[in-house]
Amino acid sequence: MNVLGLLSTVTADDRPRAGAILPVRLEQVCFSAGGKLLLDHISLELNPGQRTVVLGPNGAGKSLLLRLCHGLLKPTAGAIHWAVADDRMLRRSQAMVFQRPVLLRRSVAGNVAYALAARGAPRRARQEIVGRALRQVGLLELARRPARVLSGGEQQRLALARAWALRPQVLFLDEPTANLDPAATRLIEDIIDSIHRSGARIIMTTHDLGQARRHADEVVFLHRGRLLEHTPAERFFTQPVSAEARAFLAGELLA
Amino acid sequence: MFSDAFSTAFRLIATLDPELAAIVALSLQVSLTAVGLAALIGLPLGALVAVFAFPGRGLVVALLNTFMGLPPVVVGLMVYLLLSRAGPLGELGLLFTPTAMVIAQCVLVMPIIAALTRQTVADLYEEYADQLHSLGVGPLRAIPTLLWDGRFSLLTAVLAGFGRASAEVGAVIIVGGNINHVTRVMTTTIALETSKGNLALAMGLGVILLSLALTINGAALAVQRLAQRLQGV
Repeated sequence: MNVLGLLSTVTADDRPRAGAILPVRLEQVCFSAGGKLLLDHISLELNPGQRTVVLGPNGAGKSLLLRLCHGLLKPTAGAIHWAVADDRMLRRSQAMVFQRPVLLRRSVAGNVAYALAARGAPRRARQEIVGRALRQVGLLELARRPARVLSGGEQQRLALARAWALRPQVLFLDEPTANLDPAATRLIEDIIDSIHRSGARIIMTTHDLGQARRHADEVVFLHRGRLLEHTPAERFFTQPVSAEARAFLAGELLA
Repeated sequence: MFSDAFSTAFRLIATLDPELAAIVALSLQVSLTAVGLAALIGLPLGALVAVFAFPGRGLVVALLNTFMGLPPVVVGLMVYLLLSRAGPLGELGLLFTPTAMVIAQCVLVMPIIAALTRQTVADLYEEYADQLHSLGVGPLRAIPTLLWDGRFSLLTAVLAGFGRASAEVGAVIIVGGNINHVTRVMTTTIALETSKGNLALAMGLGVILLSLALTINGAALAVQRLAQRLQGV
């Protein structure tokens, strides 16, 4: 199905989405590196609609889980099943924003346009989509500025705009507000909210419990590479089942 | 005598002495052509080696790095053997022509550009790999992206190549033969005129060569400053 071919006649927000790629099912997924088992037989299913926050102490395997789901890494054992088998369509239906935004050495607008070009959006449609995406994150005035001279918060907003412009079904966010001050964090969280409302499935990691409370519909709690809980957020924060999650929520240092 | 030579040298430059001008023009023509060709080969070659993992890549990198320091006379000798009457390319009749000099300098400079490109592109790719992978950009399509994003560093690499080409004497004197009005360039003229005791022309060319080196380094510095200002890197 040639979805992007319709772009020239349809405005950006009305762009139809490709066939639904969710739910995604992880089956006994393991990942080991250097002889260490970093993810240990993870099985879980992520359904459409809800926002998932992956929680856990440092080194629990949160980023790794996102990278495996997004296809940047291959599981060393087990399998990840999406509702669609076509690799190309899977890639086109996802986007990821990294903890440290990776911005190209081009203008702010150039960064968004590059992503659109990489995904095959027709040249004529790009400018309008770029403008819209930058306006949505409040960076339109900085469109001509070199991306890498932006502040940390602005860089992360640009990374979000770039991901959003691709209209992903699933958006992975790896610690999107780590290293940002409260004001910048607030802006980023508002944008994440908007992206969620626009229909993208948010799957994010954070170590900020407040952020998790604000944004989670469900929580995936990892500890030392093992999945300890996968529950609705409400239940996780009020009645955690595992001792590790209770300790984590109580702010204790987990080894 | 020394001060005489000095003043004569400056008079030659100030009056744009035709012989001096011809020598400078040929030098620039040979070296710029050589560097242009070397960049056409070296930039994509360096990027390919940086982006694709293949068996023997370590060896190729080691070779490129070694070839950065190829002795010009050895390159001259190799190209001489290739182009000489009895050599494999002897029928082309290129020996002792400016084309032969271009080939020799290209061989000399290409590894420098390729090796510096490989390093620049490899560093950049390490930073970009996840993001490009996420966007569905494979290694081959990443190459133009990386070359463009590394443009300031790569321009410095090309300038380094030009500095090397314009300053070397060993290769061009062997394959060019230092024939008056045909293959005589700045460095070979300096060598010849100095040995003949005609210091004025040698010194005039020396001053020009030195200015050229200064200009190149100034340009490289300016490029870095510009990159810093435009890109914050």
